[in-house]
Amino acid sequence: MPADFISSLFVFILAGFLGVELIKRVSPLLHTPLMSLTNALDAIVVVAAIIIAGRHETKISTILGLIAVAASFSNMVGGFLITDRMLHMFKSTKAKKP
Amino acid sequence: MNPASLQQLIDFSYIAAVVGFILALKWLSSPVTAMRGVLIGEIASGVAVIATLFDPQVVHYRWILIALIIGAGVGVPLGMVKMTAVPQRTALSHAFGAMSAALIGIAEYYAGTPKLSKFGMAEIGLEVIIGSLTFTGSIIAAGKLQEILPQRPITYRGQNIVSLSVLSAAIVLMVILIFHPEYAHLFAAMVVVALIFGIMLVMPIGGADMPTVISLLNSYAGFSAALLGFVLSSKVLVVAGALDGASGFVLSVIMCKAMNRSFSNVLFGAFGQVQTSAAGVTEERTARSATAEEAAAILAAANKVVIVPGYGMAVAQAQHKVRELYDVLTKRGVDVKFAIHPVAGRMPGHMNVLLAEADVPYDRLVEMDDINAELPQTDVALVIGANDVTNPAARSDTGSPIYGMPIIDVDKARTVMVIKRGMSPGFAGIDNPLYYLDKTLMLFGDAKAFVGNILRELSGNAHG
Repeated sequence: MPADFISSLFVFILAGFLGVELIKRVSPLLHTPLMSLTNALDAIVVVAAIIIAGRHETKISTILGLIAVAASFSNMVGGFLITDRMLHMFKSTKAKKP
Repeated sequence: MNPASLQQLIDFSYIAAVVGFILALKWLSSPVTAMRGVLIGEIASGVAVIATLFDPQVVHYRWILIALIIGAGVGVPLGMVKMTAVPQRTALSHAFGAMSAALIGIAEYYAGTPKLSKFGMAEIGLEVIIGSLTFTGSIIAAGKLQEILPQRPITYRGQNIVSLSVLSAAIVLMVILIFHPEYAHLFAAMVVVALIFGIMLVMPIGGADMPTVISLLNSYAGFSAALLGFVLSSKVLVVAGALDGASGFVLSVIMCKAMNRSFSNVLFGAFGQVQTSAAGVTEERTARSATAEEAAAILAAANKVVIVPGYGMAVAQAQHKVRELYDVLTKRGVDVKFAIHPVAGRMPGHMNVLLAEADVPYDRLVEMDDINAELPQTDVALVIGANDVTNPAARSDTGSPIYGMPIIDVDKARTVMVIKRGMSPGFAGIDNPLYYLDKTLMLFGDAKAFVGNILRELSGNAHG
């Protein structure tokens, strides 16, 4: 088994358990923004897409990479935008509206 | 800067990004710190993207910049959709995320075919299968939520066997490819079969099960990104994918528990078919109905009111009228709270977002377990567009298909009022004995219009 795989597996297991613990603490009130935020964070695959497209190895890998750049970057932009909008809507009775 | 130290700088930016992601989720735990979480997430992602643009492997910029601009151009309108459209937008973003991961895997296959190891091929194969099926599955889910596709479960005899055969076919193709990675046509076939399986996976699932399905697809999209991280040995992808996958997984578990069902039951159970037997005994039962005037009088006389919103409130776009009702009653000194069932609506947290958009303060939105303790002391429970989540048969009738599902105990309140279009059973087709209780008043009509009528009566009282 390649050494890379083992170290990735370590990271995956740790991050997975950390994720479960973090998500369990998120208030059910915010489950919709949670989903849009994790979506935006997940859009970090854009960095891999940039490298695939930028390496310019074969025509097909470049084209697929470019589509992936556009799709994942739209998730990043849209995901953060809508999470921000949603969280702005959550107001408490304690904090008086301006 | 020499290439080695540049590469180190890029790696450090990825480590910083990972720290930012973890803090973002940590701060999302409460509405007070959540905004800070989004900000740190934005900074972390921005840093990682900018650092990547300096990667020496990137030699062609022009098209990448154009792709980024197109991405932003698509992302902004998708970030500005109305709150009622958030479930379908979320499904669509799962589709985009999974598609990106699958496309990168496919590109990596075509770029690396001659020198792919068996192990590398297995990683790519698995990653591309999960990414592809999540892509089409999410597209179908988005279509159902947008009501382009029927929300009813679409089923046929032997469906599960056919679907599982299709999935097995994709896996067999992957196994062949592990030994013969050069068979590019088999790789293409594997992608197509996985895409078809994604459609077959979500087609039989009904609208009421969408909160679970959308969470599961969230989880798959995350795990496909993590697997991509394995393929490319990119730890930042592994971490982001694992966090996203864990999030979807935790949400799916919460949704399943809230429906008292298992994963396999949601995915392969086809909810729509079970009920016929339960409706066997139909005795003559009558429901009492009331007018807006009567409803307004009862609400005005109450000390404590609990409003139970459901998907029907979202469909009727009634959340703003409901907020007005909340305002009017609160001004009269009535204690008004909202009872939120975990699976109310079409995705986790759907009702909270709709009510927050309508300016209902979030500390008035109460979770199921907490509100159930208060319902016996509640004068009026007002159910707006919710059905199965209030069905007392879930507590008492062992023959009911939803038996054992945790519900909001509205039948324990002194008076129950249900705004509903007609007596037809809810989405799952299950009869609701709540409607025939002596304490229950049925308010027939469109949720938005009916709440508007109650408001008119209440303001009429105030002035007259």
